[in-house]
Amino acid sequence: MSASFPHRHLTGIYGLQPHEILFLLDEAEQWIALNRATSKHDDRLAGLTLINAFFENSTRTLLSFEIAGKRLGADVVNMQVGASSVKKGETLIDTAMTLNAMRADMIVIRHQSSGAVQLIADKVDCPVLNAGDGRHEHPTQALLDALTIRRRKGRIAGLVVAICGDILHSRVARSNILALTTLGAEVRVVAPPTLMPAAIERMGAVPFHDFDAGLDGADVVMMLRLQNERMDGAYLPSPREFHALYGLTPERLERAAPDALVMHPGPMNRGVEITSSVADHPSRSAITEQVEMGVAVRMACLDVLTRRRRGVEGWA
Amino acid sequence: MTGALAIVDARLVDPAAGTITRGNLLIRDRRIAATGQFDLPPDAETIDAGGAHVAPGLVDLGIFAIDMPAFTAGGITRAVLMPDQSPPLDHAALVQRAAAAGKPDVWVHPLAAATKGLDGRELAEIGLMKAGGACAVATGRGWIADSGVMLRVLSYARSLGLTVVSHAEDGGVTTGAVATEGEYATRMGLPAAPAIAEAMAVARDLMLAEQTGARLHFRQLSTARAFDLVRDAKRRGVPVTCGISPAHLLLSDIAVGGFRTFARLSPPLRSEDDRQAALAALADGTIDLICSSHDPQGPEAKRLPFADAEPGMAGAETLLTLSLSLVRDGVVTLPRLIDLLSAAPATLLGLPGGSLAVGAEADLVLFDPDMPWRIDSDHMASRAGNTPFDGLPVQGKVIQTIKGGVLLR
Repeated sequence: MSASFPHRHLTGIYGLQPHEILFLLDEAEQWIALNRATSKHDDRLAGLTLINAFFENSTRTLLSFEIAGKRLGADVVNMQVGASSVKKGETLIDTAMTLNAMRADMIVIRHQSSGAVQLIADKVDCPVLNAGDGRHEHPTQALLDALTIRRRKGRIAGLVVAICGDILHSRVARSNILALTTLGAEVRVVAPPTLMPAAIERMGAVPFHDFDAGLDGADVVMMLRLQNERMDGAYLPSPREFHALYGLTPERLERAAPDALVMHPGPMNRGVEITSSVADHPSRSAITEQVEMGVAVRMACLDVLTRRRRGVEGWA
Repeated sequence: MTGALAIVDARLVDPAAGTITRGNLLIRDRRIAATGQFDLPPDAETIDAGGAHVAPGLVDLGIFAIDMPAFTAGGITRAVLMPDQSPPLDHAALVQRAAAAGKPDVWVHPLAAATKGLDGRELAEIGLMKAGGACAVATGRGWIADSGVMLRVLSYARSLGLTVVSHAEDGGVTTGAVATEGEYATRMGLPAAPAIAEAMAVARDLMLAEQTGARLHFRQLSTARAFDLVRDAKRRGVPVTCGISPAHLLLSDIAVGGFRTFARLSPPLRSEDDRQAALAALADGTIDLICSSHDPQGPEAKRLPFADAEPGMAGAETLLTLSLSLVRDGVVTLPRLIDLLSAAPATLLGLPGGSLAVGAEADLVLFDPDMPWRIDSDHMASRAGNTPFDGLPVQGKVIQTIKGGVLLR
């Protein structure tokens, strides 16, 4: 047993062992109760500074990290940098070094370029958490999805999970494929050929272009947001056609297992990749639960990754 | 008139004869005066090679920056400059100035931009640039998308007896891509394009070259399908040649793992299957020459997220060293390697060099093919150390570069 979590940063699911992922999920469980209590406060990160540096617009993820940090007692600073003002040049590394010089104790980064978080992680002394980099990874999203599935289904191993939509541009899909296959699920990816990355099967996922075939008997149906800016021209003929072929409707959902869980990382395009009646289904949809699990998972990650600095032992 | 210089006890690598012979080499008046066994003239200054190899200086076709220390360290005596400069070499005066930039040490031979501003739309003043010293015409870093323009570039260049150096990647397929489509690009979430983008461009340009009868050179090819197309075209007698860099012969797309921007190249590193096809194409003569594509990029361009970084590597000073591994691996013989690095590019562009014949210009490289050292990007002669081979232990080092009988290093 190691004295502290063996990873300094959380830049991705890639490289995490199954027991390490499960440990983070177990840690997150304890925070769910706190988040549901009237008093949602724990002071274990008191005195530590958490900087959320978001180079790409985000409301939900930023809010989730902010709440997670504050509930653990950290001093939380949000830095939303316009996508255009900081993109190139030394500025990104300069920013990292500035944050480092300000003695941040944890830095959460979101950036529009794949690999940007790793670049910063290599430059700073404190733990760095990836809140989404380009189309590379979004590890806390995958952890909260796994936690949601485990709580609803009681297990992950052996389940059939269909991830559907814009797989090509999705960091959520990549992190989920890594996390869920590592934990023993069968992962299918469903997308039109223009939105399916090459060699995705080498990551352990089974690709489908036929939505109905991909849904067949699935225990979990995870829909992805279709980015509206990619809706015309090169990738897809129209939102209408996409909805007809790849939109999750109540009829389509019948193809999945009778108790199939519906998930979506949000924000949703209602009427495009998912219809409102499915998204809001009281028993099948786990979408709001995902948001709740997000705070718990992020609290767990912030706690675990700062244990070394706080002199707290134990992780497994 | 300059004094005589004798290099004694050397292994003379003659690419024309395909031989390595032990002997001496005498330089007088900037030219090779004698080779083999001869009586040393009393006035000759002597360099004892101690059994090291002497070969014609390297002719590097398609460098992006004039970087004298790197050329000298790499044994390069003639550097063929791409038109992608600032401003682009699309005017005779600019070509003239570039041609004079390296003299007297390393001679720079500029390539004329095929189109004004390298924008792929209007023909540049190719004839005037030829008169200004351009040795061929090039499309630059990019592909000319308009087939009509490319047709006219080839036919016009042919009338002037100039080779067209083309970048072979279909720009419509590669828009926004920074890597080759495949497992690694997918895992890393990098915008990627399929490798056939190269073969598509090659197929079109070959058809246009056949139509016009122009001499066409693909600066760098890297995929199995492109090599197949060139192999077939050569068989049919199309005047086509192609080059490759050591990076594409020695590395596959695995090297971009960890978002290493030093491995971001153009064309991008390919799959292992394509790399093996490149080695086979080198061995069977489909590939005509090896070039460094020297493109030094400082930290401002490389210490960025992978997709935001500039493509390119500093390759000049490691060109011979890395290529020597192909000899050790039995892909080519040493005289053939020198042909690929020196004689073939010189012949292709009609430049002097690439020869150990008596009377040839004394452009030489003295090297030890076995000397071990380690590539260190922090300590390179080049203007920038952006090499994907950083930290690699290698064998083979340039001891001395000689340009026109003058010792440069």
